[in-house]
Amino acid sequence: MRETEFAIVGAGPAGLSAAIEAARAGVQVTLIDENDKPGGQLFKQIHKFFGSKEHYAGVRGIDIGVQLLHEVETCGVEVMLNAVVWGIFADHTLGIIHDHKNLHLKAKKILLATGASENALAFPGWTLPGVMGAGAIQTLVNIHRVLPGRRVLMVGSGNVGLIVSYQLLQAGAEVVAVLEAMPKIGGYGVHASKLRRHGVPILTSTTIKEARGKGKVEEAITIGLDEHWREIPGTEKAYQVDVICLALGLTPLSELAWMAGCQFDYIPQLGGHIPVHDANMETTVNGIYVAGDVSGIEEASTAMEEGKLAGIAVAEALGYLSAAEAACKKEVVLRRLDELRSGPFGGVRKQAKEQLHQQRCSQ
Amino acid sequence: MTLAKNGALSLEELAALPGMPSKERLAQGPVVVIECAQEIPCNPCEAACPNGAIKVGEPITNLPVLAEEKCTGCGVCIAACPGQAIFVIDMTYSEEEATVQLPYEFLPLPAKGDLVDGLDREGQKICTARVLRVLNPKKFDRTPVITIAVPKECAMAVRNIAIRR
Amino acid sequence: MRVEEHPILGEMKKPNVVEIEVDGEIIPAIEGEPIAAALLAAGKSIFRYTRKRNEPRGVFCAIGRCTDCMMVVDGIPNVRTCVTPVRAGMKIQTQHGLGEFGGPLS
Repeated sequence: MRETEFAIVGAGPAGLSAAIEAARAGVQVTLIDENDKPGGQLFKQIHKFFGSKEHYAGVRGIDIGVQLLHEVETCGVEVMLNAVVWGIFADHTLGIIHDHKNLHLKAKKILLATGASENALAFPGWTLPGVMGAGAIQTLVNIHRVLPGRRVLMVGSGNVGLIVSYQLLQAGAEVVAVLEAMPKIGGYGVHASKLRRHGVPILTSTTIKEARGKGKVEEAITIGLDEHWREIPGTEKAYQVDVICLALGLTPLSELAWMAGCQFDYIPQLGGHIPVHDANMETTVNGIYVAGDVSGIEEASTAMEEGKLAGIAVAEALGYLSAAEAACKKEVVLRRLDELRSGPFGGVRKQAKEQLHQQRCSQ
Repeated sequence: MTLAKNGALSLEELAALPGMPSKERLAQGPVVVIECAQEIPCNPCEAACPNGAIKVGEPITNLPVLAEEKCTGCGVCIAACPGQAIFVIDMTYSEEEATVQLPYEFLPLPAKGDLVDGLDREGQKICTARVLRVLNPKKFDRTPVITIAVPKECAMAVRNIAIRR
Repeated sequence: MRVEEHPILGEMKKPNVVEIEVDGEIIPAIEGEPIAAALLAAGKSIFRYTRKRNEPRGVFCAIGRCTDCMMVVDGIPNVRTCVTPVRAGMKIQTQHGLGEFGGPLS
């Protein structure tokens, strides 16, 4: 069996940040990802990030990704790609399929930075080719540079739906409308305004009713909703489209945390069942940490900060940082997290996170 | 039309923003219009301004406040804003025309002298605009800034362009 | 449709174009890109048909989670084409039901 000090599952923004932080302190880090390239979803984020300078504000996600990969390379992290972690066992052992071979890796500490998966919505015709997740569109367009269609209907007006719509326009597609079942737009107003000034309608209190087509999407039927989310007959509208894109939020990919026996809490504001964790990002199972979307759906910028917290906490727990050094580093990160979690959008998440921390502390 | 309902700021919403210059300041020459209406954690505009004319402060969710007397209308904040919510308006450009500087991350880019459609906050064509300048230095990180001349009465409404085919 | 020019990503790097065979037809593809990307660029939208109802399926998640895009690749069924890179000369077949090793009987 192979051994390492700190195994990180998932090389997205949280995993990369944790790896850098821990490795810099001297920890032996093994960073594992199922994909053939590290970076998670960062390389699909071609827009400029929000926040302040310390959060890479104004820098495009793709460029943050390049920077993090460079740092990971220079600080001696072992990166294991094409490696699927299929199980987690007692004594902090991971079961991994790496290049078609099974291996076990025993670690002193484990960080689960597995991210999230997209939510789907079932409606008549939703299995037709041409109905896709927003992540699929981002992957195809921004990484592989293939437009899966020319006329797109976007379902969901959270930041993902708004940003992906804008990116579709940039790639030369037409977005016929963005639908939002709620009476108001879910994401940032500035993202919505960028679309509106290109003439893309954003239709609140409206949802998708049906996808139609022979063998693939040819038409989308939308319908208006009343204040009780009931369909309003007679408000159906037909759009000729070849892609219907679903941007309906994310659910934490928490299988490994369940398997490890972590205690969970159901927190809808954070995307569903969340592993209970403390301010060090440690779960209720000793030595198992979470960071990024698996610990509650937020943004890449918060994921990076959470990853750093976990990295610092692990370095401290393994004796590479003194309590005073760690406290000092954590304070800086916590202050930045606080900034990202303020205001009407972030404040809700801050409260939810505090709820989780309190639970962990009362164990 | 409201920001939350349709994604376009209404005139009432715009008038209430701390990033809006006064009529008097607009009449004096180029100045920024900061159409940032929600308390999101973001402050690159503050860092970008060489004259300290934009204040976000702490917490960084504060709306940007414009100190209009300090603003020279240089426009370096336009490409720095991740939300593309900042524009520079010059009402003194000529007798009939004003200029608008706006971010434009699309291809093809227009060229100096081109006539393009001036679009409002809802993407409706409201006037013809003449392209005066296209700036795309490395510092702007692929957010080109286009300066257009438009009829004065359209200056506070035009926020995008469409290339004519 | 390929996005040749892009305001943020710039011009496409000169790709290494190879040929792959899809249901007997030769199409161009870029070496190393996911098979699914090549097929979508070539205008193919149906990747497989379901076992019970024979319904068409295409790309849904494009990151290897949903398995909607599975096809028979070089005689191996249930290959997730969205995370399997193109190699020159690959033989790809639309999958019917659970697929068969060696591909569907002709």
